[in-house]
Amino acid sequence: MMFHQITLTVNGSLFTVMVAPGDTLLEVLREKLGLTGTKKGCDTGDCGACTVLFDGRPVPSCLVLARAAHGKEVWTVEGLSGDPGFRRLQENFVNRGAVQCGFCTPGMLVAAFVLLRTTPRPTEEEVREAISGNLCRCTGYQKIVEAVLAAAAIPEGSRGPDQLSEGGDPANG
Amino acid sequence: MKKNFLYFEPATVAQAIADLKESGAGAWRLAGGTDLLVRMKRREINPDALVDLKNIPELAGIGAEESGFRLGALTTVAALLRNEEAGRLFPALRQAAAVMASPQIRELATLGGNVCNASPAADLVPPLVAAGAQAVIAGDDGTRTVPLEEFFRGPRETVLRAQDILTAVIVPWPSKNCRSVYLKQGIRRGHEIAIAGVAVSLVRREKNRLADVRIALGAVGPTVLRARKAEEFLRQHTLSEAVLAEAGGLAALAAQPVDDIRASAWYRREMVRVLTIRALQFCLAGGGDE
Repeated sequence: MMFHQITLTVNGSLFTVMVAPGDTLLEVLREKLGLTGTKKGCDTGDCGACTVLFDGRPVPSCLVLARAAHGKEVWTVEGLSGDPGFRRLQENFVNRGAVQCGFCTPGMLVAAFVLLRTTPRPTEEEVREAISGNLCRCTGYQKIVEAVLAAAAIPEGSRGPDQLSEGGDPANG
Repeated sequence: MKKNFLYFEPATVAQAIADLKESGAGAWRLAGGTDLLVRMKRREINPDALVDLKNIPELAGIGAEESGFRLGALTTVAALLRNEEAGRLFPALRQAAAVMASPQIRELATLGGNVCNASPAADLVPPLVAAGAQAVIAGDDGTRTVPLEEFFRGPRETVLRAQDILTAVIVPWPSKNCRSVYLKQGIRRGHEIAIAGVAVSLVRREKNRLADVRIALGAVGPTVLRARKAEEFLRQHTLSEAVLAEAGGLAALAAQPVDDIRASAWYRREMVRVLTIRALQFCLAGGGDE
């Protein structure tokens, strides 16, 4: 077997790994770098569970050969969690019941994050289009759409309405 | 998926041709990989070598050229959607790109791959054929240009020889009054392979006459087909509801559909008739933007 040495940036850190020609980026992330937040679902690009940012664009990492990731910049759910906007999405997913089994969640979050980066105030239709490449077999999508819309409704730098309402008086709300 | 194979990363078209020559019959060209990798995982394709074309600048880029609007073979479907000039010039192409696969797949999948896979249901092909696009092919004996509708020989078969590379598709500049649209019939709204797709591109001469019209049919034959009898009929007649209905019937006769898991041949032919009439009505209503 011919192995290649590749160097790529994942979540801001540089990694050098040995890969076989048939290894995918997804396999490198999960099996060589231990970043198991990115899920292997269908492994044929249909389910979106393996979505990562690849040079800034959302792609199914199961359809990217590791060899072709040489020199590229990759962000996974683990690294993106450091971003305040990403955290707002995560919190809204949790608070609004958008996570059931959780398997689709990392891919959903990455897809939703890309949407909010370019379209900070999306319509429901835009949210549904943005997550159309991510399959969820639990929620029926409604809670996920609500969570993304709720995250988008929170102004930059402020706390979410869920947290604010906790300390408030419902009678005056 | 096969783990071990040779992997070439040419930086020029000339080098890619040399790599294909060196690696022989078991070599496959890799662009976006959204089709090839899936077929490799299913073990339908077990390559001895992959020639990765993604690092070849000559295959990239979108922009104006004398002969028309050039779409480099490596243009991703997402990049095509983000290009405002392409969307303005070729609304049908934009519509086809917007209904292809999923947002993630569109970031990887390339125009060149969609064309070279030669699926009869490839969404980008009917609008390109209706627009009169040309395929630019590089080989070890030089570069040649063929009309895109002559590029296909059958399902997954093209005129490309073992060492040829599709470098770009060039779409002629549309005339000022050109209107185009792509209508796709699928089982559901998103993430779907076409049951039938109809692209119409037309230019009006006066209110009820057409100077030019091209109709391309997807997913209803071994390759994308032109509905030439319908086109000729439309050019020869003063437009009316009855003439459009007749043209729809002629387009349906041009289809060569098959029964498969997605739809019956009868249904596909019927959809060609309906979609052709709707597409003509849309273009004649002065639309063409969405």
